Amino acid sequence: MRLKSIAAVALASAAIGAHMPAQAETFRWAFQGDVQTMDPHGLFETMTLGFQRNIYEGLVIRNETMETVGALAESWENISPKVWRFKIREGVTFHNGNPLTAEDVAFSVERIRSEGSDLKVVAGLIEKTEVIDDYTIDFHTPNPDPILVNQLEIFYIMDREWAEANGALEATNVKGGDEGNFANLNANGTGPFRLVERQSGVKTLLERNPDYWGRAPTNVTTAVFTPIGQDATRVAALISGDVDMVYPVPVQDWERLEGADGVAPLAGPEARTIFLGFDQDRAELLYSNIKGKNPFKDMRVRQAFMHAINVDAIKAKVMRGASQPTGLMVAPAVNGFNPQLNEARPAYDVDKAKALMAEAGYADGFEVTMDCPNDRYVNDEKICQAAASMLARIGVKVDLLAQTKSKYFGKVLAQNNYDTSFFLLGWTPSTFDSHNPLSALMSCRQGGMGAFNLGGYCNERVTELTRMIQGETDQAKRQAMIDEAFEIHLQEVGHIPLHQQPLSWGVSDNVTVVQRPDNVLDLRYVMVGN
Amino acid sequence: MIGFIAARLLQSIIVMLAVALIAFALFRFVGDPINNMVGQDTTLEERAELRERLGLDDPFPVQFARFAINAAQGEFGFSYQHRRPVSALITERFPATMELALVSAILAVAVGIPMGVYTALKRYGLLSRSFMTLSLIGISLPTFLIGILLILFFGVILRWLPTFGRGDVIAIGWWTSGLLTADGLRSLIMPAITLALFQMTLIMRLVRAEMLEVLRTDFVKFGRARGLPDSHVHFSIALKNTLVPVITITGLQLGSIIAFAIITESVFQWPGMGLMFIQAVAEVDIPVMAAYLVLIAFFFVVINLIVDLLYFAVDPRLRVDRAGGH
Repeated sequence: MRLKSIAAVALASAAIGAHMPAQAETFRWAFQGDVQTMDPHGLFETMTLGFQRNIYEGLVIRNETMETVGALAESWENISPKVWRFKIREGVTFHNGNPLTAEDVAFSVERIRSEGSDLKVVAGLIEKTEVIDDYTIDFHTPNPDPILVNQLEIFYIMDREWAEANGALEATNVKGGDEGNFANLNANGTGPFRLVERQSGVKTLLERNPDYWGRAPTNVTTAVFTPIGQDATRVAALISGDVDMVYPVPVQDWERLEGADGVAPLAGPEARTIFLGFDQDRAELLYSNIKGKNPFKDMRVRQAFMHAINVDAIKAKVMRGASQPTGLMVAPAVNGFNPQLNEARPAYDVDKAKALMAEAGYADGFEVTMDCPNDRYVNDEKICQAAASMLARIGVKVDLLAQTKSKYFGKVLAQNNYDTSFFLLGWTPSTFDSHNPLSALMSCRQGGMGAFNLGGYCNERVTELTRMIQGETDQAKRQAMIDEAFEIHLQEVGHIPLHQQPLSWGVSDNVTVVQRPDNVLDLRYVMVGN
Repeated sequence: MIGFIAARLLQSIIVMLAVALIAFALFRFVGDPINNMVGQDTTLEERAELRERLGLDDPFPVQFARFAINAAQGEFGFSYQHRRPVSALITERFPATMELALVSAILAVAVGIPMGVYTALKRYGLLSRSFMTLSLIGISLPTFLIGILLILFFGVILRWLPTFGRGDVIAIGWWTSGLLTADGLRSLIMPAITLALFQMTLIMRLVRAEMLEVLRTDFVKFGRARGLPDSHVHFSIALKNTLVPVITITGLQLGSIIAFAIITESVFQWPGMGLMFIQAVAEVDIPVMAAYLVLIAFFFVVINLIVDLLYFAVDPRLRVDRAGGH
């Protein structure tokens, strides 16, 4: 319907002729950092891929209600357990006018296998491709893969001819060559917008693609993206009307936006879960006054910590009421989320926590160092401070080490041998499926699993369930397995889930946007004016 | 003279090497760059492989030597964050910083010197006193606060000026200029004032102090006794004699204007080298940080050289001394 009326307007204005720009709508928005590259296979990061989705598209896409629908693939089916067949949409053209064919899809799969690609994880899901005809392609998977399609939204299709002509057959490499990759600064996708100008770190200019094949209700004709690093400048730019939308807005600035004319904060639950974790792997903690043993190996200590942390107080005092306390490691937007389990979070109970500590032999508590980022998540350092003061009530003296994300991650991640005893981390499953956090955060560190399991939580059953979940095609059985894994993890206090942090955008009254739970702005649903 | 310049340029190489060495020694404390280059789903093996490809595991002397050898050939490497050659990035960002710095320097001199002269001549005037009070504010308020206050007042409340960025620019060859468009000029006002304010007050106070000193000297008194008009005494005799220290300070300050443009640039999202540096620090983009620091060291050396040459032009005694043959 809407599309039709836009087409009608476009026709009408074309008829009027040169005086048409009354319909031209410019949308200007700012984020705290820049899109790192225009190459769709250069960086597997939500912000970068989310931005690129306006230009490039994958076989499937999530619509405004986060439902996975066909994009460049019209339909798909599991023709055998390990083969997915995709029917490619006919009549789609790239911005340079080339038609989309199955060859381009096969080429894009090859491209994400190249050295510079950061999408090798996705490439690993596909053993080989087989082009059946111009508009049919088979993906052979190494194992039965029921959720393959859900993981393909972020795998974008590039035009083979264009890549060949511009020497961009391989993905942009961080190491680089002399001149850099053509696809790093230029783009040629099938999406509703095409790239007009790219100044990395300064400005990126997009223009509506008049030949777009699909549904994009937006009336934006020109979109200008600017990174603005300083919070105060970003908020000022919105209030002054220099930009139409900014994100993130510091939670502390919401009142300011509410008080200002013509702008308002737009908040919603993000799919990012913030949690605490403990080193349960080492025989002795690296940073503690307890020597010769590791108190976190004792489940009662972990339970005591769980009971001692008051997530509602963190919500009220630190997050201005905008966070969603959680008992699970996944958000409601994630496939596999079970509201009943989420409610099962152990209650805040200091006396019980003290009793558990005494039972475990730590009636007088102990000292431990906590690692915390201070510029990665919403109010991350303040959450750590609040947790530290809550733990002080059960005798645990937390020495807080809050530092910038580059230093924090450099310390606690695998490359530095998980150098932490107690930490705060956040996670958004890139696939929007529970298997992702189960595998990355909650499985034993072995065979490529548990890469972000910083504390080394290890339960063989959870790991086994995670493997089974990956291949299970029966949704009911799969959900039962997810529930079982989450239940074990919750009962053993593998981590302490705190909350889903809020999305915090600032939007001019003149525009309407759709807020995706992964903090991505999709220009397809931006409307300017009334 | 040519020998003098050559010796100075030679010195600059040593200075730059020293800066690069110190910078490299510090980079290991900035954090780990790998996590900013890959997404969360990138496997540990791929991370390790990338680290090896970039040579980040090599010992410090090897990394430094590699940088120094490449830099000597004018090759500053490849930005981790932008995935482009650092030299191209600097070329792109250089005009923005230079225009901002030069406009600020001119503003500081053009306003600072007359204000200094005025406050020296009319020491007890009401206007002089208010200049002096204002200059205290200029010296004591931190740059970012001045920037934020200007944005709040002229950008958000009055809405006269753009709050961020450089506005429309016109490309002249590889140089981009915002001085030729109305939007560009409007965007320049607040950052230029923010950056100039400290230097302006510094120059004003310096000129005032020097003027007061010179006005007390005998040759000024003789000038007056000869019946020369006040304007001639003040501007041709007194002011000219205050200029040597003013040139020194202003010259050195130009270096710091360029270097400290970092703060102004990040407050106003001004797309210059300073902003690029700040972004590089946040993302641990080592090649960009190294190139920037070395470049800034080079600027300081060159500016010092120019200042020394200007002495010859302004102070005849130096020329006489050399002619006398030491």
